[in-house]
Amino acid sequence: MADAGMLRFHVPEPEVRPGGTPDFSNVTIPKAGSVPRPEIDVDPRTIRDMAFSIIRVLNRAGEAVGPWAGLLSDQELLEGLRHMMTLRTFDARMQMAQRQGKTSFYMQHLGEEAVSCAFRKALQPGDMNFPTYRQAGLLIADGYPMVTMMNQIYSNEADPLKGRQLPVMYSSKEHGFFSISGNLATQYIQAVGWAMASAISNDSRIAAAWIGDGSTAESDFHAALVFASTYKAPVVLNVVNNQWAISTFQGIARGGSGTFAARGLGFGIPSLRVDGNDYLAVHAVAKWAAERARANLGPTLVEYVTYRAGAHSTSDDPSAYRPKAESDAWPLGDPVIRLKNHLIHKGIWSEDRHTQAEAEILETVIAAQKEAEGHGTLHAGGKPSTRDMFEGVYAEMPPHLRRQRQQAGV
Amino acid sequence: MPRRTMIEAIRDAMDVSMGRDERVIVYGEDVGFFGGVFRATQGLQAKYGKSRCFDAPISESGIVGSAIGMAAYGLRPCVEVQFADYVYPAYDQIVSEAARLRYRSNGDFTCPIVVRMPTGGGIFGGQTHSQSPEALFTHVSGLKVIVPSNPHDAKGLLIAAIEDPDPVIFLEPKRLYNGPFDGHHDKPVTPWSKHELGEVPDGHYTIPLGKAAIRRQGSAVTVLAYGTMVYVAQAAAEETGIDAEVVDLRTLLPLDLDTIVASVKKTGRCVVVHEATLTSGFGAELVSLVQENCFYHLEAPVARVAGWDTPYPHAQEWDYFPGPARVGRALIETLEA
Repeated sequence: MADAGMLRFHVPEPEVRPGGTPDFSNVTIPKAGSVPRPEIDVDPRTIRDMAFSIIRVLNRAGEAVGPWAGLLSDQELLEGLRHMMTLRTFDARMQMAQRQGKTSFYMQHLGEEAVSCAFRKALQPGDMNFPTYRQAGLLIADGYPMVTMMNQIYSNEADPLKGRQLPVMYSSKEHGFFSISGNLATQYIQAVGWAMASAISNDSRIAAAWIGDGSTAESDFHAALVFASTYKAPVVLNVVNNQWAISTFQGIARGGSGTFAARGLGFGIPSLRVDGNDYLAVHAVAKWAAERARANLGPTLVEYVTYRAGAHSTSDDPSAYRPKAESDAWPLGDPVIRLKNHLIHKGIWSEDRHTQAEAEILETVIAAQKEAEGHGTLHAGGKPSTRDMFEGVYAEMPPHLRRQRQQAGV
Repeated sequence: MPRRTMIEAIRDAMDVSMGRDERVIVYGEDVGFFGGVFRATQGLQAKYGKSRCFDAPISESGIVGSAIGMAAYGLRPCVEVQFADYVYPAYDQIVSEAARLRYRSNGDFTCPIVVRMPTGGGIFGGQTHSQSPEALFTHVSGLKVIVPSNPHDAKGLLIAAIEDPDPVIFLEPKRLYNGPFDGHHDKPVTPWSKHELGEVPDGHYTIPLGKAAIRRQGSAVTVLAYGTMVYVAQAAAEETGIDAEVVDLRTLLPLDLDTIVASVKKTGRCVVVHEATLTSGFGAELVSLVQENCFYHLEAPVARVAGWDTPYPHAQEWDYFPGPARVGRALIETLEA
């Protein structure tokens, strides 16, 4: 009820802080299979409720159910599991390498592996992702060499980016992976621009924009939605809601809008929420959105509801701002275990094979790591030359940089 | 040879570029159907279609951010920011993204964009239509920064900018759109149709980036200027009778240091002028370079004439604007020092 008088300032708070008991009772989880799958040319006005639901395929019994199920073959599912397991193992090794002082910084995906690994499989060669720092699954699932990723993380002599970028800020045009800036939200509008260019050129390729829950507060996010909506750009607008922006819970960026997907509604953009820990659901929704883009139906906004089980980065300690057991209480579970259980349920996988696959993957990752470390780590062994520091600022080095390079004695 | 105003020359540069290269795309606020508030893009949508020239939402970060994405795709966007005073929402996109994309991706992605914007004062535009923010861009590694001073240069430099493989900030001194304004606001301006630099050849030509031009030969003192101040400096030289050499920098980044150094070594004195505010202005960089490269040839301290360190005022425009009287005083003081 409205009450006139002294004004009160409102600051949203998460349900629980350290020391408290994790509580996700406010997160409404619809039953797997319960959300309908509209045709891609559906009138956006008739599916506004999808911005407040969660599309899910895998149920608690490990079955794939409902209208979004059935798109992937057994082989593709097994491959998807392997990608997620590889990313998790890769993360664990690189996290450890950072702790051993082999690089300055690392960011892991723990709990969010399904989002980027499954999304990649919904795209076609030539499509372009504009990722943030937590979508390395796009590279892993596209067969980008792990050694090259590690060379970048170590900023060593074989680093394709010549030691110029922070660890994990990869770039690969060939693999549809736009250079990660490290600034937040700036690339969301660039993805829309890329998609506009593809439409201007009467091409068939589409773009995918990526952003986290916290960064949706940046004005570039809103600019991107305006441009995507106005020009019906062939782009998939991804919002990865992993609940935490470093120490800030998602309610600070979300405000009163209910969900992040709901941000798209005012722009007339079809906006869906999906279980981000459900490999099959992520893939199915991504494919739906990609098909819309390719069919000249314009942008789709997709919110992936997931949980950042690890720290924001190696420079972060989540125990200072959220209960330690919170990730165990996350109601959408672990994406790797859920897909594993589904494959076991289907009779094409087993605990033994899983254990064996874990060992094989670890061996592969360690072999890649050894190879990468043969090219050096941040503080030891081969490194990019000081001369490289001066190259590539411009296509052609201008006189003032030439003079400075001479002053530097290289 | 045809004579054109600066706006016509700029429009012709885009027209020629769009005609030669399908990848050139032009957009911005009011740029499409209407042809821009200064009419720089008039007729381009009708000629090249709505996919090549169109209106954008009022979102400078959106305009520049989308242009970066288009450039990464392989197009060559030439976008308009309606006034340089409005570029700040796009500053992050320019500084953190456009300027660094080639470097941080080691050439995997590049950003051949041009961001055009009218700059400078003299039109009673107040704080929001008069600023000269060039130093905010010359400080950024990876950008090129151009300030043309006449129609002939504007066309050749803009075509060169559009064809350049890196991001270019193209600042158009709006007080020069119709003629070579020399700071005498109470006198009519000679139209470009009566000025030799209003001669603009048809078709394609370029003026290389990074090359200054000497507009007035002299032996007593070198004046380093760009944009509107090129004419103010020439007027000051005429009115004081001082044999000043006026160097029109044309490109601020990369800078034509050789031309500057040769001139200052010849004259032994130097005055730097710009409309932008004094403190940490581009003039500070010029003075440093002159000091580093010409110290033993200097016979007087290098002087600076610039906008006062206040926001650009409205009613006091001509007290603020560094006109020929102020530049003339600096010339006299530099010669007497």
